[in-house]
Amino acid sequence: MNNREQFRRPDHDNETFILTTVVGSYPKPKWLHRVRDLWEDEEANFDDENWAEATDDAARVITDEHERAGLDVLVDGEVRRNEMVEFFAHRIEGYEFNGPVKVWGHNYFDKPSVTREVAYDESWLVEEYEFAADLTDRPVKVPITGPYTLANWSFNEAYETEEELVYDLADLVNEEIEKLVEAGARYIQIDEPALATTPDDHAIVGKALERIAEDIHEDVYLGLHVCYGDYSRIYPEILDYPVDEYDLELANGDYEQLDVFTDHEFTGNLALGVTDVHVAEVESVAEIKENILKGLEVVPADRLTISPDCGLKLLPRDIAYGKMANMVQAAREVEAEIDNGEIEVARTPASAD
Amino acid sequence: MTVVTTTPGLYPLPDWAKDSLSSLKGHQKGDLIGDDEDEEITAVYDEVREEFLADQREAGLDLVTEGQARWDDMLAHPLAVHENVETRGIVRYYDNNNFYRDPVVTGELTESGDVARELETASEYTDSLQAVLPGPYSLADLASNEHYRENEFLDVIAEFLAGEIGAFPDHETLFLLEPSLVENSPEDGEDERASEAIDRVAAATDADVIVHTYWGALEEKVHAHLLDADIDAVGYDFVSDVEDNLYNIQEYGTKDSIVLGLLDGQNTLVESPETIAERIDWIGERLPAEEFDTTYVSTNTELFYLPENKYKEKLAALGEVAAREEVTA
Repeated sequence: MNNREQFRRPDHDNETFILTTVVGSYPKPKWLHRVRDLWEDEEANFDDENWAEATDDAARVITDEHERAGLDVLVDGEVRRNEMVEFFAHRIEGYEFNGPVKVWGHNYFDKPSVTREVAYDESWLVEEYEFAADLTDRPVKVPITGPYTLANWSFNEAYETEEELVYDLADLVNEEIEKLVEAGARYIQIDEPALATTPDDHAIVGKALERIAEDIHEDVYLGLHVCYGDYSRIYPEILDYPVDEYDLELANGDYEQLDVFTDHEFTGNLALGVTDVHVAEVESVAEIKENILKGLEVVPADRLTISPDCGLKLLPRDIAYGKMANMVQAAREVEAEIDNGEIEVARTPASAD
Repeated sequence: MTVVTTTPGLYPLPDWAKDSLSSLKGHQKGDLIGDDEDEEITAVYDEVREEFLADQREAGLDLVTEGQARWDDMLAHPLAVHENVETRGIVRYYDNNNFYRDPVVTGELTESGDVARELETASEYTDSLQAVLPGPYSLADLASNEHYRENEFLDVIAEFLAGEIGAFPDHETLFLLEPSLVENSPEDGEDERASEAIDRVAAATDADVIVHTYWGALEEKVHAHLLDADIDAVGYDFVSDVEDNLYNIQEYGTKDSIVLGLLDGQNTLVESPETIAERIDWIGERLPAEEFDTTYVSTNTELFYLPENKYKEKLAALGEVAAREEVTA
């Protein structure tokens, strides 16, 4: 399917188009952390309205930063979200919070419990999307935590099986995506990091995605982000998922797992991680170009998206910016080299219909 | 039938200690517990230990564990603090969203006395102390080895654990946690060696030795070999797998005593005393329960997966079992 062309900018110079974007989260402005402390401090005279104003400002800053880096598709940096499960669990009926649990060492997260049937309550992301979309002429991507991760990273007190919970959550994600589409969103990325950690459940994720993708218009570009796992345990099975694009972390492992995707034809679009988000150094344009070429071993340029491996939020902000800017420059140079015939690549044959 | 309530230990830190220890120690790999710690940190752990012991006393548990607050690396802890072990990358702890530092054995595994010191302090507060250690098979499975020949590593680990136990204060029971026997089942030949390694560890104490397994049921042969070890009880996880565990026991028998892992250590849903009693009865009807010397009732897994309030409620639920048994006995 070619619903990618809608993201090509009118002033895109090259004939070849390698879509550039980010996975989602981005280092928050430092002042926003201080503002959050104020907001959470019951004694401080700092209300929800003040918090909303601050997060609006942060969204303005980060969206602008993404635009300055030259990305084709922007994200607001998820500045309003604290954590990828907690944020949604607070907005879904049926979740309760009991307190922090250990992830490793002295790192904790507020793992929620599902205590009754989940239900759609307030909108999760529509306002966030509308605000960011108004700030720029470029398309804005909406990352949304997928139902499998929402279930797997919670305690299940209410459902007979986790699988049933996953499907109920999938219906809610579907409802939210329909609202986002109505608001104008055309690029939705479903984040399922839990899939990489429990790969035996790939069929459950597939069924959940069927529910999510149901009745979503074909113009809407659906991505799936998976990271930090053994991809051979989920590939090629994931190619049957009803999504347009697979966003994979591969730079971190120095493309050791690339074979997995070349041994069996990659039939979807690939969003390739080309910078490592756990290294606080900006990779050179030349290095990133080498990484992009790895992606071209898997899919032709018109099916290749490039992005960092994962969310950039743990990096210093100047490093995060440098990675994005170099990534965009590398993409544009590779495109030009393809146009000039300096790089030989296959093209997707025009479809028969 | 004697019912004894206990837990596999590894409790979640109280929320105040989560805060104070993360500011005292930090959030990175290098900040976790090592072979030395300053007085301020030791003082926090001492306080936490007292709190854990009080929690169990209040709940009325029959056997009391130290709670393992210092075990930042969960079951890999006894190696992670060893001077001849390097802790490297963060690796996944079984199939959980939890991680520990890969302990790489780079030198001789001499006795460290680390766990013994924890137990020494705890033993001042209780007469019903239960020591907790990883079983040799699981500890070897969680570790990496760059010093010993690969085929002798399991025996070295067993020897190391036996040495640690040698320094333990008096304890009533020794709980050896062996989830790897289920999660990374030993192959032919290795299953027998795992059982021999457990035997060696068990021989280091006069206390009753319990080998607790969880996250499913043992493969038949692994179970059969485990029963060859000179131990007093095997623990079964009846939360994650009732059918295969019952089958193993019905088909191969078990030891004179048994541990029923009946409460879910990884879910905030707290079982009511009625539910627990029903489960004990239900399993009892399917097993020759009257023949068991002791029936230990426990959570299936360690408890650090839970938030503080739910951990306490789980202990209380176990305590209700103890109270009920006293009334009916």
